[in-house]
Amino acid sequence: MKAAVLVFPGSNCDRDMAVAFERAGAKVTMVWHKDTALPGDVDIVGVPGGFSFGDYLRCGAIAARSPITASLKAHAERGGYVLGVCNGFQVLTETGLLPGALMRNANLKFVCRALDLRVETSQSDFTSGYNAGDMISIPVAHHDGNYTVDDETLAKLRAEDRIAFTYDQNPNGSTADIAGVLSENRRVLGMMPHPERAVDAQHGGTDGVAMFRSLTASLETA
Amino acid sequence: MTTEPEITEEIIAAHGIKPDEYANILRILNRDPNFTELGIFSAMWNEHCSYKSSKKWLRTLPTEGPQVICGPGENAGIVDIGDGQCIVFKMESHNHPSYIEPYQGAATGVGGILRDVFTMGARPIAAMNSLSFGEVTHPKTKRLVHGVVEGIGGYGNCFGVPTVGGEVRFHPAYNGNCLVNAFAAGLADTDKIFYSAASGVGMPVVYLGAKTGRDGVGGATMASAEFDDTIEEKRPTVQVGDPFTEKRLMEATLELMATGAVISIQDMGAAGLTCSAVEMGDKGELGIKLNLDDVPQREENMTAYEMMLSESQERMLMVLNPDKEAEARAVFEKWDLDFAIVGETIPEDRFLIMHQGECRADLPLRALSGNAPEYDRPWVETPEAAPLADVPQIDPIDGLKGLISSPNYGAKQWVYEQYDHMVMADTVRRPGLGAGIVRVHGTEKAVAFTSDVTPRYVKANPVEGGKQAVAEAYRNLTAVGATPLATTDNMNFGNPEKPEIMGQFVGAIQGIGEAVKALDMPIVSGNVSLYNETDGTGILPTPTIGAVGLLKNLDEDLIGGEAREGHVLLLVGETGTHLGQSALLYEVFNREDGDAPHVDLTAEKKNGDFIRANRAYIRACTDISDGGLALAAFEMAEAAGVGVQIDTDETPALFGEDQARYLVACNFDQAEALMTEAGKAGVTISSVGKFVGDTVKFGGSEAPLADLAALYRSSFAEKAT
Repeated sequence: MKAAVLVFPGSNCDRDMAVAFERAGAKVTMVWHKDTALPGDVDIVGVPGGFSFGDYLRCGAIAARSPITASLKAHAERGGYVLGVCNGFQVLTETGLLPGALMRNANLKFVCRALDLRVETSQSDFTSGYNAGDMISIPVAHHDGNYTVDDETLAKLRAEDRIAFTYDQNPNGSTADIAGVLSENRRVLGMMPHPERAVDAQHGGTDGVAMFRSLTASLETA
Repeated sequence: MTTEPEITEEIIAAHGIKPDEYANILRILNRDPNFTELGIFSAMWNEHCSYKSSKKWLRTLPTEGPQVICGPGENAGIVDIGDGQCIVFKMESHNHPSYIEPYQGAATGVGGILRDVFTMGARPIAAMNSLSFGEVTHPKTKRLVHGVVEGIGGYGNCFGVPTVGGEVRFHPAYNGNCLVNAFAAGLADTDKIFYSAASGVGMPVVYLGAKTGRDGVGGATMASAEFDDTIEEKRPTVQVGDPFTEKRLMEATLELMATGAVISIQDMGAAGLTCSAVEMGDKGELGIKLNLDDVPQREENMTAYEMMLSESQERMLMVLNPDKEAEARAVFEKWDLDFAIVGETIPEDRFLIMHQGECRADLPLRALSGNAPEYDRPWVETPEAAPLADVPQIDPIDGLKGLISSPNYGAKQWVYEQYDHMVMADTVRRPGLGAGIVRVHGTEKAVAFTSDVTPRYVKANPVEGGKQAVAEAYRNLTAVGATPLATTDNMNFGNPEKPEIMGQFVGAIQGIGEAVKALDMPIVSGNVSLYNETDGTGILPTPTIGAVGLLKNLDEDLIGGEAREGHVLLLVGETGTHLGQSALLYEVFNREDGDAPHVDLTAEKKNGDFIRANRAYIRACTDISDGGLALAAFEMAEAAGVGVQIDTDETPALFGEDQARYLVACNFDQAEALMTEAGKAGVTISSVGKFVGDTVKFGGSEAPLADLAALYRSSFAEKAT
């Protein structure tokens, strides 16, 4: 599997995401936001967590207009895989690759905590290593993770089985406890919790390993 | 062309320059200074930058050891962790700004200490902070708690450094002066450390980072003044932080260092351009000429005075290898940061400031730092504490509830969950109890961090209190299996012109010095914050100790488990007796009397070495500090989710705060082995209870663990926010 991790000024989970891909056997290239093209043969693009452009204007809004983002969109439109975590999820909603918006947490406070997530669907290459209904512990760390969609979109997400994860105990006020959503073709996943912080027993546990492993498995054989 | 104000007695006084100091300036210059020059003197000679009251005593601290690569005097201290790697660390206060504007004051405190670390070539890998607030019922306290915690989180989270530890306390003595002490540590290669001394004549002096505005003009002088009721007027002297710029500045600086372009580098902290330029020139025995027309400016029509005293954040000054200018400029353009050649090094001892074609300051450079005043302030020894009056026997569960229902001893997750403590994906031990641990990326080594002080002790007995702060740091590092390496001290005191306050300072330094020597954890960096007084009332003397320890191999060294059902509870050290200045007295009986517990440094060393040597037998370990055996045992039980039974119900045994003690959880076989080893090592050890069931039981007094845990987990948010 060949992965690219985008680096915006203010990204600070770029290394963590690259390490998680590498541990799963991927070859990783870091791509600077001023670049205009992704490496040609990339299977999956990681959009990492952090504070791209300092979260100024709106979280992810300026990164969504960076030079590299046109290539990111083209990659997704071609059917390429994209994983956006935390600020990366915010970038994906700002680019329109995923529906909805991430608002300020309902209690207005930043929250860093390991949380239990419910796997809502195993029907994607991100979640096929889990069973629907599994509870997994994945850390969150965000100030703006309150996923907000209108009723119509929510109904569509549900009907299309595109809600990947929900919170057992909602930390931020997200609509329907949503922690992560899939694109229509199920190849773009955006989530607020950090699976790359759950691939190491010495650090945040290992419940995120299955995601990176199942991606590698699917994309190696693809 | 702007004209500068005439120098009058009022203007001199407004700059915090005392008459004898002004006479000294006249002697140095053989003339009156102009307004800009006066500003430069005031910036260099205020307490914050010159350490004029404290230098005499700071010099007595042990600062050397085979593990020390760089002691005090640079931006931060450096300690060797083997394999060609080192840890660069320091703790610094941002007390005055945080009281005036809590969010920005705390945020820029974090920003300043991070800059100190990456200026030396280290990537920050951990942060901590030690916070002291007034009583929770004081009208300002809750706003300060919210603002300071959000400011620390806002800056550190965005920058991307894990905040892995710290302390929060409340006491009425901080009603008018909160303390915000920020610690940062970074990782560097030992052969790629950068220092501030300029070298080479005619070398370009380069300005890096954010633009200069009028923010914080006079901030360092403000930070060295007592507060009174005009405090609200001081808000414009607080700077505004931009962690996004700092993050880019860090990345750009580290990239720049890799190109070989940097001869020397210094961050712009207090009194920005002035202090950084003088520091580089002084250490390199060179002069500096600056042309302020080339300084990137955020505001129009700034004067030389304003630019020289601005405390705009996220800026650095560098002496550049001229052959590498193009490469260096390209790095800063990549990160969209300012890069401007603003001056050069000159051979003579001169600090020359040009602006709009005119000379705005022409001063002997060495005299600005070298001739800074130094005082031998009168001091009196703190009188011996009166003997402790009788302490009534208390139902031990009631005593425990008294502690954990206080925001001083309740769990602090409301605070540390607002800090990203996992970014960089190497946090091995998260904040909550004891030391935080961060793995050295890509290795099996790890570094442990703790920050400690018990101000009540220091007030009652500065020498023993100073020792105790170091001893507790030593124990916290030991309890996770780390070997203590070195220490940073952040000395927060009241007005040093009062002999009894100066006496607290002198005593605390003596105690700290003795302890760091005996425990082999030299002081490698530090900071002094004096004049923490409002309307004549000073804070509790608060010498915060930040300490760093090493785990050479996580698999072998880490004591990181939890107590389990059936585990034995062992006390390493003597049975508790000392209730003077204890948490129980303060929280339950509203008393602050008696002496501080005395620290037997030989016992500390022996018991600490014992824990480290017998890691293999220990499942979980915690040090016993304020709150005594009862609080330590409860915290272990709460963290593990298993009940605990302690045999005794004696108040001194449960709540005494005698030093050099640890609690250990292990199985029966391991306990036997530990007993044997303790016998050989001459260490006192005893079985005091066991982990069992779902209640906390001290003698005959008992309560459900779940109820106590709920109280412990909710008291901080309920009372302090």
